[in-house]
Amino acid sequence: MIALLIRDLRLAVRAGGGFGLGLAFFLIVIVLVPFGVGPEAAVLTRIAPGILWVAALLAALLSLDRIFALDFEDGSLALLATSPLPLEGVALVKALAHWITTGLPLTLAAPVLGFLLNLDGPAYPWLLASLALGTPALSMIGAFGAALTVGLRRGGLLLSLLVLPLYVPTLIFGAEVVRRGAEGMPVTTPLLMLAGITVGGFALLPFAAAAALRVNLR
Amino acid sequence: MLTVTDLACARGGVPVLSGVSFAVPAGGVLILRGPNGVGKTTLLRTLAGLQPALSGTVDFPEDQGAYASHADGVKATLTVTENLTFWAQVHGSRMPDDILATFDLETLRDRMAGTLSAGQKRRLGLARLGVIGRKVLFLDEPTVSLDAFSVRLFADFLRDRHLAQGGLAVIATHIDLGIDAPELDLTPFKAGPQTTGGSDEAFL
Amino acid sequence: MSIWEYANPKKFMGWTAPLVPWLFGLAGACLIVGLVWGFFLTPDDYKQGSTVKIIYLHVPSALMAINAWFMMLIASLIWLVRRHHVSALAAKAAAPVGVVMTLIALFTGAVWGQPMWGTWWAWDPRLTSFLILFLFYLGYIALWAAIEDPDTAADLTSVLCIVGSVFAVLSRYAVNFWNQGLHQGASLSMDKADHVANVFYIPLLVCIAGFVLLFIALVLLRTRTEIRVRRMSALIARTRPTEVTT
Repeated sequence: MIALLIRDLRLAVRAGGGFGLGLAFFLIVIVLVPFGVGPEAAVLTRIAPGILWVAALLAALLSLDRIFALDFEDGSLALLATSPLPLEGVALVKALAHWITTGLPLTLAAPVLGFLLNLDGPAYPWLLASLALGTPALSMIGAFGAALTVGLRRGGLLLSLLVLPLYVPTLIFGAEVVRRGAEGMPVTTPLLMLAGITVGGFALLPFAAAAALRVNLR
Repeated sequence: MLTVTDLACARGGVPVLSGVSFAVPAGGVLILRGPNGVGKTTLLRTLAGLQPALSGTVDFPEDQGAYASHADGVKATLTVTENLTFWAQVHGSRMPDDILATFDLETLRDRMAGTLSAGQKRRLGLARLGVIGRKVLFLDEPTVSLDAFSVRLFADFLRDRHLAQGGLAVIATHIDLGIDAPELDLTPFKAGPQTTGGSDEAFL
Repeated sequence: MSIWEYANPKKFMGWTAPLVPWLFGLAGACLIVGLVWGFFLTPDDYKQGSTVKIIYLHVPSALMAINAWFMMLIASLIWLVRRHHVSALAAKAAAPVGVVMTLIALFTGAVWGQPMWGTWWAWDPRLTSFLILFLFYLGYIALWAAIEDPDTAADLTSVLCIVGSVFAVLSRYAVNFWNQGLHQGASLSMDKADHVANVFYIPLLVCIAGFVLLFIALVLLRTRTEIRVRRMSALIARTRPTEVTT
């Protein structure tokens, strides 16, 4: 399984763009927001937590369809299915690789973009914490959606339609952590819920994803 | 040892083959013949466990099956060695030192697979079979886009390395591999319109 | 004879055929009685005036919007465990009916909310939850539509329905946490003191019965259509052998 993780990371790095594209998209969305709502600092401060979370979520969404599609097309997935690795493990590792190549860079870049939106000082640690805890869930839920749509020729759009409603709880709790952090309110409840979604997602969704992959490989 | 008993399989929910029975001993090869669309690919995928059989049994030692088709999982942005090492690691086996030589890939070992020609890529895909250490191979048109020289390389590998060590193979192919092996024509097993089974049967 | 015998497509077609017109008739009767009674024969609410009468459409449709998804969940589980085709097709048939119910609930909610809260839409937890439910329905229907092989589609949509149900419950909780709402309390509850007064209550029950019957009738009708479609494609596939290799 470690071999698969290393291979996926290597492929992501060598394919170029994989890393950068999501980040660039994140940056552009954040830059566009003030053009839409006006440069007023107070307004930006107010909406910053939500915008940062929504933008990170959309950036993570961009590369979801590549989680399984490339391996499906060149036959690797069928070969992995007949290998000693359980498909559940394959799904989990691929979600993890997706997080390392998108969720992690997004998390690290978010504080910098927080400055652009005039995010309140106390919110920064909570922005980092909530993204670090929440983006793995985005990757795992996305991997499940990608497994459902892997056999479809134009699955990309459908994938977004399927995955975005599933992102609602993660988004709500994630943004709530930052908002409460900014106002100095206690953040324990949403933070725990966020962690719960991530842990529960990684515990259960690999099974659903593997089931979907098996059906699609049939 | 591979034993197939009264196997029926379907494509898209419709039965294509029924009553397929054969046995391949260790060290043996079975060549599947039949016109396009008769169900060679479907049979091989069913044997490899990628799709469920409608009825009948497939019996071979557990965790010894391997499937290969024209989509051979070669990653363009990995080197030849990296591609093979990955599959060796996934299968928990060690890569034989001479496998690159067997498939005439030695001079290409550090080239990105994406820069290889179609035939070279195909040889790399087939070299995977020598790396994963599986005994029961299900091969779907393994020689597509190989020249005569490469076909001979592959046949030599199969005969001298795989079969000699007690492996066996079921191969769908239209050409003569130069291996002395029994052939099975699938045409007589073609499922008729009245064949039972298939996911749509309940509606008929 | 086991109860599952009735799930055989041929048997199902047999026993549902005489049932469908009766169900439609009963549903129509209940709806006419319930709506006429509710609209014209009940007093106006002392606070909300005659606006309250939209409750006779709003509450039943909202109930059925949720129950339709619940029915799809059960049908999906039955398909995954027992592989009865009728079950998968019934889930497929129920989805568009559920969407329409959700839309009716959202629309009547907006119409009711306008005079009461002074706005067509508010990000109230209940409204938001229904909007999310609507999105779940859309995704489910789109997945059915996108996959050609019917059994693959049934398998994948069933998995989506199960995972979606978990996330729908999670969303409901999250949305509650996110915003406490304007919405009035539940119209129906076991606690007598809580729910709406009896004058409104009985015609409301009649309306709900009408919606339930209408839902069952529509789902049966649509399932029968789906079975006929499957039967036709099965016959075509068997009579004309395909010449493609996959």
